[in-house]
Amino acid sequence: MITADLISQHQLTPSEYDKIVDILGREPSYTELGIFSVMWSEHCSYKSSRLHLKKLPTRGKLVVQGPGENAGIIDIGNDYVIAFKIESHNHPSFIEPFQGAATGVGGILRDIFTMGARPIAVLDSLRFGRLDDPETGARNRRILSGVVSGIAHYGNCFGVPTVGGECIFEPCYDGNPLVNVFALGVCRKEDIFYAKAAGVGNPVIYVGARTGRDGIHGASMASAEFTEESKQKRPNVQVGDPFMEKLLLEACLEAMKTGAIVGIQDMGAAGLTCSTCEMGSRGEVGIEIELDRVPQRATGMTPYEIMLSESQERMLLVAAKGREEEVFSVFRKWGLEAVEIGVVTRDGKLRVKHHGEVVAEIPNRELADEAPLYDRPHDVVPAPVRPVPNLPKADVQNSLPTLLASPDICSKRWIWQQYDFQVRTNTVAGPGAEAAIIRIKETGTSVAMSLDGNGRYCFLSPREGARLAVAEACRNLATVGARPVAATNCLNFGNPERPEIMAQLVEAIEGMSEACRFFDTPITGGNVSLYNETLGEGIYPTPVLGVVGLMATAPPVTIPFKNAGRALVLLGGLGSCDDARMGGTQYAKEIVKQLWGLPPLLDLEYEQRVQYAIRRILEEGLAESAHDLSDGGLAVAVAECSFGPAEVGAQIEIVSNLRPEVLAFHEAPSRILISTNNPKRVVAIAEKYEIEAPVVGVTIEKGIEIRQRTVTLGSWEISALKSAYDGALETHVR
Amino acid sequence: MKFGVIVFPGSNCDHDAFYAVSASFGQKAEWIWHDSHSVGDVDAVILPGGFAYGDYLRCGAIAKFSPVMQAVKDYAADGGLVLGVCNGFQILVEAGLLPGALIRNRSLKFICRDVHLRVETTRSPFTGAAHRGEILRMPIAHGEGCYYASEQTLDELEAEDRVAFRYLDNPNGSLRNIAGILNAQRNVMGLMPHPERACDELMGSSDGLTIFESMLRTVQAHRAAFVPAGRR
Repeated sequence: MITADLISQHQLTPSEYDKIVDILGREPSYTELGIFSVMWSEHCSYKSSRLHLKKLPTRGKLVVQGPGENAGIIDIGNDYVIAFKIESHNHPSFIEPFQGAATGVGGILRDIFTMGARPIAVLDSLRFGRLDDPETGARNRRILSGVVSGIAHYGNCFGVPTVGGECIFEPCYDGNPLVNVFALGVCRKEDIFYAKAAGVGNPVIYVGARTGRDGIHGASMASAEFTEESKQKRPNVQVGDPFMEKLLLEACLEAMKTGAIVGIQDMGAAGLTCSTCEMGSRGEVGIEIELDRVPQRATGMTPYEIMLSESQERMLLVAAKGREEEVFSVFRKWGLEAVEIGVVTRDGKLRVKHHGEVVAEIPNRELADEAPLYDRPHDVVPAPVRPVPNLPKADVQNSLPTLLASPDICSKRWIWQQYDFQVRTNTVAGPGAEAAIIRIKETGTSVAMSLDGNGRYCFLSPREGARLAVAEACRNLATVGARPVAATNCLNFGNPERPEIMAQLVEAIEGMSEACRFFDTPITGGNVSLYNETLGEGIYPTPVLGVVGLMATAPPVTIPFKNAGRALVLLGGLGSCDDARMGGTQYAKEIVKQLWGLPPLLDLEYEQRVQYAIRRILEEGLAESAHDLSDGGLAVAVAECSFGPAEVGAQIEIVSNLRPEVLAFHEAPSRILISTNNPKRVVAIAEKYEIEAPVVGVTIEKGIEIRQRTVTLGSWEISALKSAYDGALETHVR
Repeated sequence: MKFGVIVFPGSNCDHDAFYAVSASFGQKAEWIWHDSHSVGDVDAVILPGGFAYGDYLRCGAIAKFSPVMQAVKDYAADGGLVLGVCNGFQILVEAGLLPGALIRNRSLKFICRDVHLRVETTRSPFTGAAHRGEILRMPIAHGEGCYYASEQTLDELEAEDRVAFRYLDNPNGSLRNIAGILNAQRNVMGLMPHPERACDELMGSSDGLTIFESMLRTVQAHRAAFVPAGRR
């Protein structure tokens, strides 16, 4: 008996329930109610965001597969493609950091190999609360350690290198950490598999781990705000088994080679429910399954539990009738269960039987693709107006070490050293580099990847913040010589039922859309994570962008200065920044300890010319080192370039009317610092692209000095700065 | 020369080892499946890194029972060259082909980074192409790589010149900085660092080739010295 209470427990509104009754032409059964509730959850249906996601560019010359499949696919030439996507696992990671993060990795890896691509790289974008907060610091440190161990546990055992990412700390992530995992895989173009059922009478086969009671309603949990009771939801978090996933990977890729597989999809959010109805809907066919045949880990599971379980490491596939044995034998070889649980039918319905009786019968298309669509109110100003505060007297000398030791800027080695970033022997540039570079052995070319997102910028202006994220990710790729070709996004926001949050989401999507169109980096897939709120406190709007670029395989130009006596050219120029545009910088955060005004100003045209110029400079082999200016501005970039094995420093001498702290720490985009022994040619290239390229100094044997005209703003020993930078995170974690 | 690379369920450096000895080093390679009862006609066997059988128990504790390990023992007893890298080293130790144990890193964390190794002996089929005292740079990537053994065993290893490599910058707490060891017959070696990841300057180092080069020279010398009586 479906009561109003039961409906609201399933997070369905009365009108959504009416729609269900409409679709079925009758009241749903309890199992059907559960099935609808997960498929129509925010997490699975994108009901609040879908309308706006349509604004994103998704097409391009190289796009083989855009949004709507398990991952986006890009043609990289030589008959090969890459499949990639980013996904969030925020809510589970708060409730159980280790398993939450581990299964986040597991989920995205399956999304990649279900398309026939072998995963070859993972990157993570992480957000946590402040580690030194007297009240929440201990919990935040525990969450950080747990998340990092979870990612390491899963990725290292599975055998995929974790090659980069970002990690930022803000009080707004205290009760709501963000764990966004990006994965990329490679396969031959002709070997791509789709999650589409076809061929009436073809067997539906279940492979991998058994189904247990773990993760029931995970998708719905991820579609609600956190309350005090959320901590009781631990049983909702799944447990990952990377060994099982590794076997599943090898077995699936091998089984795909037999030619006996018609379609395949992993069981992620909403488990068996999602995989059956989505495959059916895409193929415009029906699927009938008998739950008695589903391998089960627990006894006495109800149809409701079996359909909603989010047990990990499971896949559903449709095989060609009569060729089942070819599939079974591969899975037997790898010691995995593979069981025929149903059949493809003609009627377009998901029919679920238990002990021979029909317990659910729902049209696939309506269930999978016709979830309610909301145009939620967003007619408010998305960002607060925060006036410029009284600024302290500039002290560049002491501010630089403070910034270098701050959690956002300091070395993240403590994190990435726990990840195997070299397995598969393709890592040309790993963690700590400007962008990660992975060679593709099969094509002789390489792929570069970068994740970027800045919650502070987006809080001040979601539209400009999102544009800046796209620009920075593309700039990171350009700085290693890659040409950005496509992107994936993870949109982390608060409760969309609040107009100001919805306004943030809409503005961010529009900003991202504009910039992605401009840079010709279509979004081929991604993920939206809403309701990132705890006890009514929302996170900063945090759209995270993963951009993928193509390049030749060659020794990379890296960040550190290599030799003394080289000219330092600041490609893009000194930039400009007024007091309002300083408000989102790391200087504002760590030194002024406030957030105000607007993010740095971005000129897309200029940014692109800078990117063209740097690629040209790298092609001509003119740069010994290259590093883009981002968090902490020029001074931090100079310091980071000095931390290489050669410990070559720099003397910076600038003629500028900017205030000293603005000159040293402002974060205007479109700027790249390079060291070169041919500044003349570099400047000539810059002129050709109509960008500024002042020579701002020279590399020197020892130390760092920054002068404005004749005034020394600061001078430092490299070793002192380096030890502050290297050791800070470890100190914070303890 | 033909290398055999063993594939346990959960091996994940098997492709890397195969690629290193074939594409980078230019020799032949073939797979050996974990339930084989023979290693076939290979000139050397590599137990690659990874998490054999998931390693949810002690590392290598299950792998030692797999059928191929009996074949590896027979092959080693017959004088065949056996190289265990990382998880492969852990398995060789569990299987009793090498002494001691590999326990959790002192930091209790997984560590992935480059280390510097000193070649402690050139009197082995795996280090013959190096100079004694030569410094090699290779990556490590392990959570349980702290070499541990009784004082008596450690003394014995040193007295018999069976310490193949020591860390210059001990990353994991290994006793006496031991990174790799030989068996008494000197035809079985285990080491925690990954030579197969150091076979290409593009990956940061090609020092790992020294080990494969040593093995090749050994096999070639063996072939020159003996007329083969038939394939194994």
